[in-house]
Amino acid sequence: MTDDLRATILKTLGEIAPEADLAALEPAVAFREQLDLDSMDLLNFVVALHDTLGVEIPEADYPKLATLDACVEYLAARRGR
Amino acid sequence: MPILGADMTAGTLIAWRKQPGERLARGDIIAEVETDKGLIDVEVFVGGVLERIVVPPGATVPTGTVLAVIREDTPAAPPPAVMPAPPAGPVSGGRVRVSPLARKLADRLGIDPTTLRGTGTGGAVTREDVERAAAPPPAPPAPGRARMDVARMRQSIAAAMARSKREIPHYYLAHTVDLHRTLTWLADENARRPVTERLLYGVALIKAVALALREVPELNGLWRGDRLEPAGGVHVGVAISLRGGGLVSPALHDADRQPLGDLMRAFRDLVQRARSGGLRSSELADPTITVTSLGEQGVETVFPIVYPPQVAIVGFGRIVERPWVVDGAIVARRLVTATLSADHRASDGHRGGLFLAAVERLLQAPERLG
Repeated sequence: MTDDLRATILKTLGEIAPEADLAALEPAVAFREQLDLDSMDLLNFVVALHDTLGVEIPEADYPKLATLDACVEYLAARRGR
Repeated sequence: MPILGADMTAGTLIAWRKQPGERLARGDIIAEVETDKGLIDVEVFVGGVLERIVVPPGATVPTGTVLAVIREDTPAAPPPAVMPAPPAGPVSGGRVRVSPLARKLADRLGIDPTTLRGTGTGGAVTREDVERAAAPPPAPPAPGRARMDVARMRQSIAAAMARSKREIPHYYLAHTVDLHRTLTWLADENARRPVTERLLYGVALIKAVALALREVPELNGLWRGDRLEPAGGVHVGVAISLRGGGLVSPALHDADRQPLGDLMRAFRDLVQRARSGGLRSSELADPTITVTSLGEQGVETVFPIVYPPQVAIVGFGRIVERPWVVDGAIVARRLVTATLSADHRASDGHRGGLFLAAVERLLQAPERLG
């Protein structure tokens, strides 16, 4: 399941930042340190994850989506509820 | 060919979206043009029937060139309406006024100034009009080009910024704003909203700026010739950086009158279209002031440059948490530095200071922002 989630997250990021080299993305390093993302991009990222996965993501939880690894862990837990 | 920026001189017709004989309503997209701002959807400003296409796809033509002829709906209008209507003086018909400096320069460059579109008072041809006419038009884009020509956009930004620094006597003001109430209110508000309806704090800043302009309207307008033309509405240009470089500042129309939720939806849509192509001609032509935020890049204070012919630009830096005195006690507060760069020909520092104070006051009552 986590592989599917990882693929979904990377696909979503690719749509938001098409210029990004996602193959080189460090999974434990914050997206914003590696990709040129602003708050509008992050909002669109959260909206896209919500639409694709059907997961509710409160704004207070946004910091838990900072890295690829953290994203996978958080979304897996939310989907398992 | 509409003028979509202070220094746009030409554009390339990419495709017609309507064909002769089709009915047009005000606001319909009639064509796509390639400019230094990317691929732009050209809207019509009158209802009627598309009578004739004048410029074929692939042609690069100067601004002001008639692209097509529309037969207007209004019965008492015998001559056909010509679209689009650029915001400048006439090319022909009647005596053309030419400033002495412009005439001298035109003579030196071998240009007939009476053939130029005047942007000065009453349509007078100015030195800048002659300089623009003398500059070579941008090269047409190569086949298979990307939607955005970064080098061309850079040239456009260079021309506009050089003109700004050359002509506009700027003054600069900064004001520290306590964001505690705004951010607390937004967190509560967003906790209630579905994810698709959440508000970014930037939209609260834009709304506060738009409302503050009602109190200091001389910051909301365009400098034409030798005077300020106050704007009829508050159309806030928002500076949007583009992936791969460059930026555009399309308008959020009537930002002072839109509820925050509507303004947020419009803002999201605008950013998406700015980055993927598909801005409308009115969005590029209409801004009456610009707001720029560099806080997300870590910048604490922005000293922006006015985008001519606008007369003011507002900057916001990053949110910092600092000790702050509230009711005689030191507390930790999240603060932002708001700056105003303005054209001293159109307003004075006193009025600019009142404007920034109004922005701060409005952000202390975020629930009233709409």
